Amino acid sequence: MFDLTGRTALVTGATGGIGGAIARALHAQGATVAISGTRVDALQTLADELGERVHVLQANLKDAASVDALPGQAEAALGSLDVLVHNAGITRDNLFLRMKDEEWADVIQVNLTAGFRLYRAALRGMVKRRRGRLIGITSVVGVTGNPGQGNYAASKAGLIGMSKSLAAEVASRGVTVNCIAPGFVESPMTDALNEKQKEASLAHIPLGRFGQGAEIAAAAVYLASDEAAYVTGHTLQVNGGIAMI
Amino acid sequence: MSDIAERVKKIVVEHLGVDAEKVTENASFIDDLGADSLDTVELVMAFEEEFGCEIPDDAAETILTVGDATKFLEKNAAQA
Repeated sequence: MFDLTGRTALVTGATGGIGGAIARALHAQGATVAISGTRVDALQTLADELGERVHVLQANLKDAASVDALPGQAEAALGSLDVLVHNAGITRDNLFLRMKDEEWADVIQVNLTAGFRLYRAALRGMVKRRRGRLIGITSVVGVTGNPGQGNYAASKAGLIGMSKSLAAEVASRGVTVNCIAPGFVESPMTDALNEKQKEASLAHIPLGRFGQGAEIAAAAVYLASDEAAYVTGHTLQVNGGIAMI
Repeated sequence: MSDIAERVKKIVVEHLGVDAEKVTENASFIDDLGADSLDTVELVMAFEEEFGCEIPDDAAETILTVGDATKFLEKNAAQA
């Protein structure tokens, strides 16, 4: 089950906690992976760890031309592109009344518009090959909302709506489009919370702990696999029960 | 039939899986050959690849029949 031997995958934001975990998990299942991000040294460290079947592709997701070119570069490096995981994301949290145009625009640009561009570019080959897996990493707050994250929640909700529309368009071509919505995941961001903040957050999580990157990655492995061929337009919640939606 | 028309016909037959006899000059991709809207986009992509050209969206929208495609590509080849 969930064997990805011979499959090819591009993971954006692969230097982040979740992105790195996804790249590792797809690779462990046998896939050849292209890892993308802005920090080449961090990408190279991950590539060294993975050893074979890995390609490093630098990309700045704020730059439209760079985003448009990325799936083609991945196809060239990998020989094909079966799986695209749009994981890269940023936050620019602020109260709505204080939110600056740039804070709004940057978050929409990287989290949503880059996803649109990556999917559009990757689809050409996937539709032609009659096979593809598009996986967007969204967030529980895309469904529930979160104070201080109007921009981020909008971008993540947008990703869900975009994925559902696209899923309906390309289902007949063997391409599935799904999202994974993590809740709190252990990362430098959650590490920065103080004990009191941590306790307050944990009080809302029925499973009583933060998630691990590997637990998000397991969902990506499933959605990338042949076994998930009948799942499309779905958002898989991996959130410890914080929102049962 | 011109070389371009032959190549267009071949692509249409292969992509839509229809009988070659049905692929006449006036055949509409959607009304006569059973294409859906995504098929028409894919056909344009296939033409672009076969003929090594770019078909802009506004031109693609006017390519509704097999003959439309041939005419566009012949004109395009003449200009190249």
